[in-house]
Amino acid sequence: MFDKVIETVAFKLIKLAVTELPRDVERALQQAYKEEESETGRTQLKAILENVELAKKYKIPMCQDTGIIIFYIKAGSKFKDLHKIEEALRDATIKATKEIPLRPNAVNPFTRKNTGNNTGRYIPFLNWEIVQGNGLELTVMPKGGGSENVSVLGMINPSQGIEGLKKFVIDSVIAAGAKPCPPIILGVAVGGGADIAIKLAKAALLKPLDQLNTDPKLAKLEKEIFNLVNSTGIGPMGLGGKTTALAVKLEFAHRHPASYPVAVVFQCWAARRASAHISANGEVEYLSHRVI
Amino acid sequence: MAVYRLKTPISEEEIRKLTVNDIIYINGALVTARDAAHKRALEFHRKGKKLPLNLEGLAIFHCGPIVKKIRDEWILVAAGPTTSARMDLYEADFIKNFKARVIVGKGGMGGKTTEGMKKTGAVYGAFTGGAAVLAARAVKKVKKVYWLDLGMPEALWILEVENFGPVIVAIDSYGKNLFEDNQKKVMKNLKTL
Repeated sequence: MFDKVIETVAFKLIKLAVTELPRDVERALQQAYKEEESETGRTQLKAILENVELAKKYKIPMCQDTGIIIFYIKAGSKFKDLHKIEEALRDATIKATKEIPLRPNAVNPFTRKNTGNNTGRYIPFLNWEIVQGNGLELTVMPKGGGSENVSVLGMINPSQGIEGLKKFVIDSVIAAGAKPCPPIILGVAVGGGADIAIKLAKAALLKPLDQLNTDPKLAKLEKEIFNLVNSTGIGPMGLGGKTTALAVKLEFAHRHPASYPVAVVFQCWAARRASAHISANGEVEYLSHRVI
Repeated sequence: MAVYRLKTPISEEEIRKLTVNDIIYINGALVTARDAAHKRALEFHRKGKKLPLNLEGLAIFHCGPIVKKIRDEWILVAAGPTTSARMDLYEADFIKNFKARVIVGKGGMGGKTTEGMKKTGAVYGAFTGGAAVLAARAVKKVKKVYWLDLGMPEALWILEVENFGPVIVAIDSYGKNLFEDNQKKVMKNLKTL
């Protein structure tokens, strides 16, 4: 009975995500525009803000690269129809591709054939978490290619520790330069293992920009990396200025004594995400956007 | 940071007036072309085959747009720039052979393109990455599409544009390259971090 609700909500989330930035991201861009001193940098932030307004007003994707569709699912262990979620999300993706429309972005790596509907093997990608309760929380993150292409994993020497981590992040940001469409948001994760660090770094991009890390030590480190990144002078679109990043979000897992994996996942200024909660009685609450 | 409103066909003389950091707004014909279109155009040239349209004085846009067809008409939905570095391989020959005068994209281009622009008389302009709606709003009409067999993003979309911009001149016809200059500054800043 819930599959239709899930499909409808997922479709709406994709549409919200690609047409309307979450308020925390929009506010961060406005703040950057106020503070940016480079004249060329300001032209870029102004164009971004105008573009964001137009996309919201006309309900058009804010960027033509509507990304690969990724879902984060927090499913209550007592949620009915757990087995129907995957199909409902695929159907929603197909519908969204046709109706919004989205750019078809799912290509077979060997044959180069584009499926035309943004679904394919493992795509949309689903990140599952089973939680207590009987509800379902859905988040969609359409992830663009430009920023994904510069995302990196480093297996640094554990003896380098936090200093090595900072150096790796800054070097990655400089190597990326203009490519990820700055101002960027950085998801940085340490520990776990190669795959775990990358996954955590990407999920860190879901955290609201204006929310401080709950661990004061990590909050301080986030701020420190943020200041370093913004001292590089890369600036909006790589044209120079002090706004290179809007935020840095740190995450970690405990690590193997011999390993120090550091993952840096880049997010362009078009930080598209949207979340909703579906209750057991079918009631829907949108969490990231105001829905009238 | 002077502001220029250019109308296609754009002459070499107009191009030589521009320097980096200037802002331009384009009026007239803007043609999308990505990797595959650049490659095919240069193949045509080698074989002595004519392109489906004369690109002299026109503006080229590194862009794979979202376009939809309503009845018989193409409507441009969203059209932000793609990463220009991928076209570095072709651009110097492209402007030399076809005399397109303005190349618009994002992220900058390298030394070979910069040298080519100096010789031929062309500029590279940066349009804000991701600002796809802003770009699409300046498109008044999709005039024509060629090479649709390359796929929607790779085809040559001939767009009629009005005040398409702001486009920041990032490589001028005198060898100045804003992205490379900024990258040098960044490397200098890195030493003090």
